[in-house]
Amino acid sequence: MTVATLVPLQSVTLALVAAAATLVVLTRDVQRQILVNGIYGILLVILFTVFAAPDVALSMLVVSTVGYPLVVLIAIARSRNK
Amino acid sequence: MFLPSVALLAALLTWSLVAIPHFGHYRGPYGFVLNRVVLPERHMTNVVTATVFDYRGFDTMGEEFILFIAVTGVVLLLREQDRDESSDSEDEIGSDAVRVGGSLAVGVCLLVALWLIAFGFVTPGGGFQGGVALASSLVLVFLVASHKAWSGIASEEVLDPFEGVGAGGYVVVGLAALIGGMAFLTNLLGPGTPGTLYSGGSAPFVNWAAGTEVAAAFLILFMEFIEAYVVPLA
Amino acid sequence: MSVLPYLVAGWICVIGLYGIVTSRDLIHLALCLTVTQSSTYVLLLAVGYVQGGGPPIFKGVELGTTAVDPVVQSLTLTDIVVSVTVLALILALALDVHSEIETMDPDRIVELQG
Repeated sequence: MTVATLVPLQSVTLALVAAAATLVVLTRDVQRQILVNGIYGILLVILFTVFAAPDVALSMLVVSTVGYPLVVLIAIARSRNK
Repeated sequence: MFLPSVALLAALLTWSLVAIPHFGHYRGPYGFVLNRVVLPERHMTNVVTATVFDYRGFDTMGEEFILFIAVTGVVLLLREQDRDESSDSEDEIGSDAVRVGGSLAVGVCLLVALWLIAFGFVTPGGGFQGGVALASSLVLVFLVASHKAWSGIASEEVLDPFEGVGAGGYVVVGLAALIGGMAFLTNLLGPGTPGTLYSGGSAPFVNWAAGTEVAAAFLILFMEFIEAYVVPLA
Repeated sequence: MSVLPYLVAGWICVIGLYGIVTSRDLIHLALCLTVTQSSTYVLLLAVGYVQGGGPPIFKGVELGTTAVDPVVQSLTLTDIVVSVTVLALILALALDVHSEIETMDPDRIVELQG
């Protein structure tokens, strides 16, 4: 059985995704963590495109650019203002 | 206490993940069967959307109801008794460039979102992605105009019927097949021409029902959060 | 290294769990939970990949070319959309806790009385 080899683009994107996930967790300040999470979302979109899954990439794109930041930033603003 | 248990979890995960068939050697038969069969049978060129709305349509109905129930939970949690309805918030956007550019952007985003829902069976897209894009294009109104313009669009009297129609329409399309003597959610109408809008039988109806429900649910979610944010600032 | 995608998925899951356990802010905890959820997306898509396969869209492409598995993609795409709503529910609960006891620290939530 031959061992499938990864295209180099896939290897590089996987390494970047792992690094970005570590950075998201290690960022303790919540306002900065949202921005790092946005970068992580875009890296996941690139990963899903490279894995030949355009529907999943579209779904992650609309969710991580609008859905997550809007909800979390309003929660942060509400919890600081009180 | 945490480090030994996470080391054990990592060891178990590595042991099991290495034993999966190697990356690229997909074994299961259903992927190959679906890729061969969907275009001749249902005349749909997007196999993923055909799977979501036709071959596994029952699971999608369950996912829609998860969305419905979770949004109901958020609405119940964020409802406060002392919310002043008649307060006039002062967040008019002053810059003209933002208003003009943003108004054009709202139109473009709306068209792209509707295209994503409608052509979900031909190219990548579908009810879920297009529904979220539709909700995002309408929340852009709040960002480039004032809160007044946004609350004209996103009020409960407008959005609740859309959400109900979306969630109930899915069940009604499924029941229509049941009335005809076939199983629940059978594809009723004829297949049509592949590669055009007229294809796929009765699956486009559940596609539009899912798209409407997702868009309305997300708009209700955004509306509840924005109300929780704007009212203390007013 | 053809098990690299699976190991990356396992790493993301474990690092998300580390973030949840050592978190000092409820919003940081919710975002680490979404990181853990995204590890399942990577794992599902990696399981369904076919060597040299293109996307499972057949418009303009003749029937019979190698394409990746569509079933795992259908599971993943509805999961991504639903996860936003779950995040919103967790944040609404966090705001509720904050309005009761004025802190967002999970370690300082003792049992609520009354």
